[in-house]
Amino acid sequence: MLEKQASMHSDSLSQFEIVRREDFSDVTYLLEVRHRLMAKAARPGQFVIVMAHEHGERIPLTIADYDRAKGTITLVIQAVGKTTREMQQSCKVGTALYGMVGPMGIPSVTSHAKKVICVGGGLGVAPIFPQAKAFKENGAYVIGVLGFRTKSLVFWEDKFRACCDEFFVCTDDGSAGLKGMVTEGIRAALAKHADIDELVAIGPPVMMKGCADATRERKIRTLVSLNPIMVDGTGMCGGCRVKIGDEVKFACVDGPDFDGHKVDFDDLMSRLRRYKDEERAALERWSASCRLMNQEPVAPLAAS
Amino acid sequence: MAKKKTIRTIPQQRTKAREQPPQERVRNFSEVTQVYRSEDAAVEADRCLMCPDEPCIRGCPVGIDIPAFIARITQKDLRGAYDVIAETNLLPAVCGRVCPQESQCEGVCTVGESLEPVAIGRLERYVGDAAIANGWVNIPYIEPSGFRIGIVGSGPAGMACAADMAKAGCEVTVFEAFHQPGGVLRYGIPDFRLPNDVIDAEIANLRKIGVRFECNTLVGRLFTIEQMVDELGFHAVFIGTGAGYPSMLGIPGDSLNGVLSANELLTRCNLMRAKDFPSYDTPMPLGKRVAVIGAGNTAMDAMRVCLRLGAEKVYCVYRRSRKEAPARIEEVHHAEEEGVEFHWLTAPLAVLDDGKGGVRGMRCIKMELGEPDASGRRRPMPVAGSEFDFETDQIVYAIGTNANPIIGQTSRLKLNKRGYIATDANLATSIAGVYAGGDIVTGAATVIEAMGAGRKAAASMKVYLGIRDPAQAEQSARIFGIDARERNFVRVRA
Repeated sequence: MLEKQASMHSDSLSQFEIVRREDFSDVTYLLEVRHRLMAKAARPGQFVIVMAHEHGERIPLTIADYDRAKGTITLVIQAVGKTTREMQQSCKVGTALYGMVGPMGIPSVTSHAKKVICVGGGLGVAPIFPQAKAFKENGAYVIGVLGFRTKSLVFWEDKFRACCDEFFVCTDDGSAGLKGMVTEGIRAALAKHADIDELVAIGPPVMMKGCADATRERKIRTLVSLNPIMVDGTGMCGGCRVKIGDEVKFACVDGPDFDGHKVDFDDLMSRLRRYKDEERAALERWSASCRLMNQEPVAPLAAS
Repeated sequence: MAKKKTIRTIPQQRTKAREQPPQERVRNFSEVTQVYRSEDAAVEADRCLMCPDEPCIRGCPVGIDIPAFIARITQKDLRGAYDVIAETNLLPAVCGRVCPQESQCEGVCTVGESLEPVAIGRLERYVGDAAIANGWVNIPYIEPSGFRIGIVGSGPAGMACAADMAKAGCEVTVFEAFHQPGGVLRYGIPDFRLPNDVIDAEIANLRKIGVRFECNTLVGRLFTIEQMVDELGFHAVFIGTGAGYPSMLGIPGDSLNGVLSANELLTRCNLMRAKDFPSYDTPMPLGKRVAVIGAGNTAMDAMRVCLRLGAEKVYCVYRRSRKEAPARIEEVHHAEEEGVEFHWLTAPLAVLDDGKGGVRGMRCIKMELGEPDASGRRRPMPVAGSEFDFETDQIVYAIGTNANPIIGQTSRLKLNKRGYIATDANLATSIAGVYAGGDIVTGAATVIEAMGAGRKAAASMKVYLGIRDPAQAEQSARIFGIDARERNFVRVRA
């Protein structure tokens, strides 16, 4: 059915076939999707827009990794809303996405900073990895800071340890590493090093806001990757507009990376709540239908 | 031989097309204007004088032989009428619906000098719909030329260019960033003006002549224009990506949650089917009182979509007067019938927030018209002290678009000052073999103008590739009475 629909509209460069899946926890999962051309074109910091099925919505997801040799794109997804939970159930190896377009956005520029802090939280842990790796390859001293809610959600610790000179894990409940938000890790790093040139952060807006606040005083260059609500991702709808200083920018084509000290995070967070009621209704309706079909939803509803 | 038709012998009244009554249609997304019945079409076709000047043909951006197809309708030869149109226009069902005929073919119609002009658009649609219903498609004999053409954007410009190049024997691939082809026809124009089946049918026809569509492909980012020429083996490329990037007013409160662009509203509703939420996943919650800023066709579409999505009150706020409104008269009229409240000569100053990130209202100021500006329209000037507050909980900006930056960001193509792609008169860009046309060159315009540009670019491409049009070769074979193939240049000098 899916394939038939896809071929109705597209003669197909890629079938968006899922070739690998890994579950890090009951809310975080990894999908590796075959798309040769995109694997060739993708750069750190870019994102894709995914449609799970024909009736699906278009959701932006940051590219976590790409494998040019295998011709695949890796996405790490947190099951938080209806679409991402539905994908958690339906996206298995051998099935295909309805669509995946990208790579979108301006790639991150890996500067020649000598000492960098790379911060990842929640859905930002995976996409910060290629950046940390790129900095390391550029000869920088890389300090990795990752934030999770609790120990059981921690993933890719080994991958980060391999490319970071220093590495902090922070958990909200203190079950692993430092207790507290990623700002604890940043504070520790800032206390230890007086010569940090740059901080790169990907994660929930409130986390990136905390990062920007932590570096503001020392005027450390801070880059954040914004993930507002998008429809097309090509600069056409303006739904993803963000306030950067006195300017209005579209995150999809002018970003997604912006100077963290200039971003109006309160505006971003308010705009992310735009469809809160509809999102909740869709999730509840979907969970109810899952129960009807005797399939309990994978994650408890309370998370949102 | 029938008696010669004159302005007095033809039916005096323009034949009305049936329309869904306004009260009924604001509750559905079915088409507002119905197609002519065959008896209506016969009467209307009879109104054409078959005048010798044929001004309508010159009024048509793609030069359809209008009297010829109308003549076929009077002869009840519908297939013949389709054949005539199909020679120059591959999308009669689309153009019959969305062309601004009043400023094109119908605007110069001879009958229109004394009576209402012949309803050329409705007749074209009658023929186009018949072709879709009967599955007619003219697949000419196409001799492969061996050239590969890449087309960026599957909107009207890209489709027109694709059709011409496919007919010239090229292997044509159209790239589209969305998951469905059609461009603005798909995401922009609502179902009640242009149903999706019509777009599907027209795209199916393109497929039948060998055009391939690659959706989910963002050219510029997935591969660049330069890579298309250098690595992917395209002998020529056409860029028809449209204008896109919506303008915001830049007034306080622009980024509040109740404010969105008409593009976003229309894309959510048309392409993503938000009107069928929750059966489709994309939501488009709407306020009770919606104010749409602007009075172009997009603004009219946005207002009418809002009514159908269940808004209690829809306002149109425009800083000039009705006379200057860029929308088609028919569209303004339809919007008015459906209950849109127009506020002419009113400009927004600020969006007022409700303290929860949403919109409570809008501060406006009254305007008056001054001297004509660069566009020839009278410049609106604020009336001092006339500020007032307007209660609304959703604001839609339909105030035009800017150039989409993606192609500019990712290629060496020369752009003009406003960020649109710079081309010469033949629509050639600064890179050899790369052509561009439609809104990405001219800024926002109409569907048929974009199609005209697509065809013009196709003609230039054929010259560039050295593909000769057999029909034209015959015409131009003799210059000054000399056979060009003779190569006896001495005679020219004498």
